[in-house]
Amino acid sequence: MKALLLRDLRLALRAGGGFGLGLAFFLTVTMLVPFSVGPEATLLKAIAPGVLWLGALLACLLSLDRLLALDLEDGSLELLLTAPLPLEGALAIKALAHWLTTGLPLVLAAPFLGVMLQLAAPGHLWLLASLALGTPALSVIGMFGAALTVGIKRGGLLLSLLVLPLYIPTLIFGAEVARRGSAGLDASTPLLMLAGLTLAVVALMPFAAAAVLRMGLR
Amino acid sequence: MKVSDLSVARGGVPVLSGVSFALEAGEALVLRGPNGAGKTTLLRCIAGLQAPLTGQIEGAEDRVAYAAHADGLKSMLTVRENLSFWAQVFGNVNIAQALDGYALRPLADRLAGTLSAGQKRRLGLARLLVTGRPIWVLDEPTVSLDADAVALFGSALLGHLTAGGSALMATHIDLGVDARVLDISTYRAAPDADLGASDAAFL
Amino acid sequence: MSLWQYANPVKFLALSERVQPVLWALAAVFVSVGLLWGFFGTPDDARQGSTVKIIYLHVPAALMAINAWFMMLVASLIWLIRRHHVSALAAKAAAPVGLVMTLIALVTGAIWGQPMWGTWWAWDPRLTSFLILFLFYLGYIALWQAVEDPDTAADLTSVLCLVGSVFAVLSRYAVQFWNQGLHQGTSIPVATGNRSVADVFFYPLVLAMIGFGLLFLALVVYRTGTEIRLRRTAALRARMNRGA
Repeated sequence: MKALLLRDLRLALRAGGGFGLGLAFFLTVTMLVPFSVGPEATLLKAIAPGVLWLGALLACLLSLDRLLALDLEDGSLELLLTAPLPLEGALAIKALAHWLTTGLPLVLAAPFLGVMLQLAAPGHLWLLASLALGTPALSVIGMFGAALTVGIKRGGLLLSLLVLPLYIPTLIFGAEVARRGSAGLDASTPLLMLAGLTLAVVALMPFAAAAVLRMGLR
Repeated sequence: MKVSDLSVARGGVPVLSGVSFALEAGEALVLRGPNGAGKTTLLRCIAGLQAPLTGQIEGAEDRVAYAAHADGLKSMLTVRENLSFWAQVFGNVNIAQALDGYALRPLADRLAGTLSAGQKRRLGLARLLVTGRPIWVLDEPTVSLDADAVALFGSALLGHLTAGGSALMATHIDLGVDARVLDISTYRAAPDADLGASDAAFL
Repeated sequence: MSLWQYANPVKFLALSERVQPVLWALAAVFVSVGLLWGFFGTPDDARQGSTVKIIYLHVPAALMAINAWFMMLVASLIWLIRRHHVSALAAKAAAPVGLVMTLIALVTGAIWGQPMWGTWWAWDPRLTSFLILFLFYLGYIALWQAVEDPDTAADLTSVLCLVGSVFAVLSRYAVQFWNQGLHQGTSIPVATGNRSVADVFFYPLVLAMIGFGLLFLALVVYRTGTEIRLRRTAALRARMNRGA
């Protein structure tokens, strides 16, 4: 298990691993928002929580099709199936590696981008909290989508089509936390909902992902 | 390991039926048959990667080390990192024997992506040694190996067999190891065989 | 005699040949009587005028949009548990019908919403939920089309249907939390029995709803038959090529 986590982290950090691409994408999308809606500070302030959440979500989505496809290409996915690791555990670990290399950098970068979008001061903490709680769910749900489409040639677009509707509850609760927080309202209800959702998804989705992966590779 | 009355399907259509054989410790068995006969399908089935239509496979679960056309190497990891990853997954730590067995020590710190096809294949076969599993299930293990490398594989296989391991292989060349031959074209499924393959319900 | 014998594709085909004419005829009668009665036989509503009459399309379509997904969920479960091919193919056959029902509900809703609320679209929880349902249908159909092996496709889409159902329910509550809406309450709340629709409007509406249900059934039986024949052709072809 540990070996798998270390391998995936090492691969992500080496050349061609795609580490930082999601972060750069997040930065670019956030920068494009003022270009498209105008530089007016009050408008940016109002939409900042939602824009940052959407940007983070899309940045997560970007790297999902590499999650299992590369392992399938070089044959290591099949070898993992014959290894004495439970597939559920292996997929959970791979999702964790994805979160550490994609989700976590986004969480840490979000407050800085929040400053650029005039996010209200109390909003930064809530944004950080909501992304930290929500992005693990994005990685695990994404793992399910990746497992569902792994055997499909050019499955990248299909993966987005399948995964985006599954992201809706996480996005709604997560962005609601950031929005209420930055407006100075009580955000504890959506925060608890988000936490509950993430816990449930992290607990259950690896099983669904392993089930569809076994079906798809048979 | 014992296989009895096994039928396997590829793409919903039965290809082999009634396959039975036993593989004792220390024994090697070579599958022969023309292209498309179902060698790969049979091997995948025994490795647990797909379910048989009918029949039993006994004593294979969690004892098989499988190697097929793809070696499962990460090109951005070194030879040593690739091997120790698989060693750790299978609960071992010692990769020295595998490095020596396939003359990989001079290459140990090269990235796997910079190796030639034959060198990659050697690394893929070295992985079998670090799994510590007794039954090798190999699909065309000698593809892209030169004569010296085939000899290395032959001696590794011999070592594995003398240590009480066994091997099931689909290969066309002589490895210099005593091996029983099983011609699977005799097990070809009849065109109208109804073995519960998924398309049978529609006929 | 058990119901499961019709899970055999060949038996199902034989049965569907006999049932289909009846289904189509009943669906035609109920839909046309319900719609004609609704459009011409009921008075204009005091507040909503004649615009209310779109209810005879809107409500039955919305009802079937949800029920179609529910039917797919049950069929997917049957496939995963008992592995009856007819079940998987029926789920596949129902999806495009459900998609079109969702689209009808959305479009008639927009046409009705314009004079009533003064807007074609509002991010109301009900409207949004139907839009989300529409996305789930799209994903489900796209997955069926993308997977080459038919059994694998049935497996994968079945799990997607199960997981999607959970997330669709989650989304529904998330959306309610996110925005309270404009949409009126359920037209015919089954549990309380207090309907918000007067009798004159109610009877043709029930006819139209039964009609849409029958129409859905007829379409699914017909389309399932087509899917079975396609699989049968492929199976025969595969056997023939192997025999040669």
